[in-house]
Formats: sequence, structure tokens, C-alpha cells
Amino acid sequence: MEKKINCFRIVILAFAICLIIAGITRGEVSSVFVKAINICLECIGLG
Amino acid sequence: MRIKENNLLRKNIQRKILQVAAFGFTNSHVGNIATGKIYKGYWKNFCSPGLNCYSCPAAGLSCPIGAMQAVENTPRFGVSFYVLGFILAIGVIFGRAICGYVCPFGLIQEIFHKIPSPKKHLPKPFTYIKYLLLIVFVVLLPALLNDSYGIGSPAFCKYICPAGTLEGGLPILFTHPELRKKLGGIFSIKAAILILTIVGCIICCRFFCKVMCPLGAIYGLLNKISFCRIHVEKERCVSCGACHAICPMDVNPVSQPESAECIRCGKCAAVCPEHVISVGFTGNSSPN
Ligand code: SF4
Ligand code: SF4
Ligand code: SF4
Repeated sequence: MEKKINCFRIVILAFAICLIIAGITRGEVSSVFVKAINICLECIGLG
Repeated sequence: MRIKENNLLRKNIQRKILQVAAFGFTNSHVGNIATGKIYKGYWKNFCSPGLNCYSCPAAGLSCPIGAMQAVENTPRFGVSFYVLGFILAIGVIFGRAICGYVCPFGLIQEIFHKIPSPKKHLPKPFTYIKYLLLIVFVVLLPALLNDSYGIGSPAFCKYICPAGTLEGGLPILFTHPELRKKLGGIFSIKAAILILTIVGCIICCRFFCKVMCPLGAIYGLLNKISFCRIHVEKERCVSCGACHAICPMDVNPVSQPESAECIRCGKCAAVCPEHVISVGFTGNSSPN
């Protein structure tokens, strides 16, 4: 059982890394960056 | 008895040191609080593992829940692979240990809980609210509610997040009088939720983590498979209940070692008289 869970964990981790690479490749990081370096009106309650 | 107290004290001090260090690392631009300026450097490309508002002038990293919605709101993306992958990777390695050791808003809540008041436990059904908030305010609304240009808005940040109001809203509004003039109904809703959260945290340990946090909800689901876990030698347990009684998240680690609520704080391991509980990474969890 523990071995099965271990395999599952590794598969999920590999999948997560693939998602990160896919996100970086399609340029998502700049969306995150632009939102994070400006005052977010929604966060501060002016929405 | 004395050994038990020493164990607990040692564990608490170790954890607090890590929490304060993580808080300092995530909010390393403290000087900006006085001016209300936002850090605009390279590190904002990356998310912090815990919940920390990127509109806080001191923040050096992005907030994963805010970032996930920001990418969802961009018409050409829809779902954020980058942020989802990051949360999944961190969650599968650490599970909710991130909440116990790294999250700045977790530390803030623990500080509020130190304020003297009657302390209460929360009925279990309240803990399911955070899954609803995750699905409705983080996944569905930001993807579905678009303006005429197809741009959505971050519904959790906009209508709910008390971390944003406290860490971003208050310091920014304090230093920007021109923004104060624009306060309206949405701010009143968010201020009311912040007050409810603070009162909730004073009475009930980590009220926001238990009831409202969408990031905690995801990490909690990953607790069941994460590398960091609780190990209990059930055959040696004498059912004294000390572990359940000390747990700040109302978990019984003997019957639910994989509970989605467990933040891996290790208090249960520190007080167990039989040393049957250990917290650590798979294959490396030594009893206290
Ligand atoms: S539940 Fe949310 S706010 Fe609480 S410690 Fe975890 S990530 Fe932070
Ligand atoms: S079960 Fe133990 S490790 Fe988990 S939150 Fe409770 S006291 Fe902390
Ligand atoms: S404190 Fe130890 S002995 Fe007591 S119930 Fe918990 S695991 Fe069992």
C-alpha cells in the first residue's frame, strides 16, 4: 500500500512540474508579475 | 510530566522560529510600509507557499491564490498551469505543514489567538465552508464573471480575503489619501469579514485556516498523499487522549493521521507520553 501511495506521489509531483513548465512556456508568469507589482484594487477592497 | 512540558516548549520554540523566519523572508520590504510603495522586483514572478497578499507593501513574493485568479482573469489563459503546478508540487511534498511552519497569515492568526478571551472549538461542519469558497470564489467566479472585454475579476480577493484587507488594504489606504476617498460598499463587506475573522481567531485558533482559506483547502486535500506526514504506532497507544486535547486544529491524530485539517505542528507528538506519534517525511519520521 505504502509503495502504491509513493508511486502516486511521484506521479503527482511529476505532473505538477509539467504544469509549471507548461505555464511558464505559455507566458503566464508575466500575468502574475504584472498583477503583483501594482496595487490590486480588489485586494485592498476598492474592487 | 516535566519531560512532556519541555518537549512541547521545545517544539513550540522551533516552530515559532521557522514561522518568524518565513514571515520575514516573505515580507522582506518592511521599509515600504511607511511609504505605501509596492515592491516591483524580480521575485514577484514567484509565489510564496503560504497566503500573503501581494498588495502588502512589505511583500517580496506573489500570493498563490491571488496569482491563480489573476491568470484565470486573463482571457487567453483561463486556467493557471503555472500556479496550479506550484501549489500541487508544494502540497504533495509538504501538505499542510506549510500552514504550520511557513504561512505568514497562519502566524498572524496564532498571535491574535494569544489575546485573552474565552476559547472555543469549532463544530466540524464549519470546516467544509473553505471547499465551497475555493470552488465558487477562486475557480468558478473568476473564470465565469467577465466584463465586456472578456476580463474577469479575482472574486476571492474582491469580496472575501481578510488577509488582503489586513496586509494590503490597511497599509495602502493609510498611506494613500486619494484611495481613501473611493471607499464604498465592497470595502464595508471586506472590513466586516476582517473583523469577523479577527474575532474568530481570538476565540478559536486559526479560525480563517479552518473555515475560509482556499489554499489550506487544497493543501488539506493533499495531506492524504503528501511526503510529509504523521506516523502513529497504534498498537502502543494507551488512548489517554492527550494528543487530541492539545491539537490546535481539533484533530485526533490516532484515528485521523491523514486529516485535511492537520497542519503537522507536532504538538501531539510532543505531548504523547508513550512517544507513539512522529511527524516527518516518509521513511524519516522518528518518534520524539
Ligand atoms: S490555511 Fe491558509 S491562511 Fe491558514 S496557514 Fe494555511 S495557507 Fe495560511
Ligand atoms: S494532529 Fe498533531 S500535528 Fe496535526 S495539527 Fe493536531 S497537534 Fe498538530
Ligand atoms: S497521546 Fe499518545 S498515547 Fe495518548 S492517545 Fe495520543 S497517541 Fe495515544
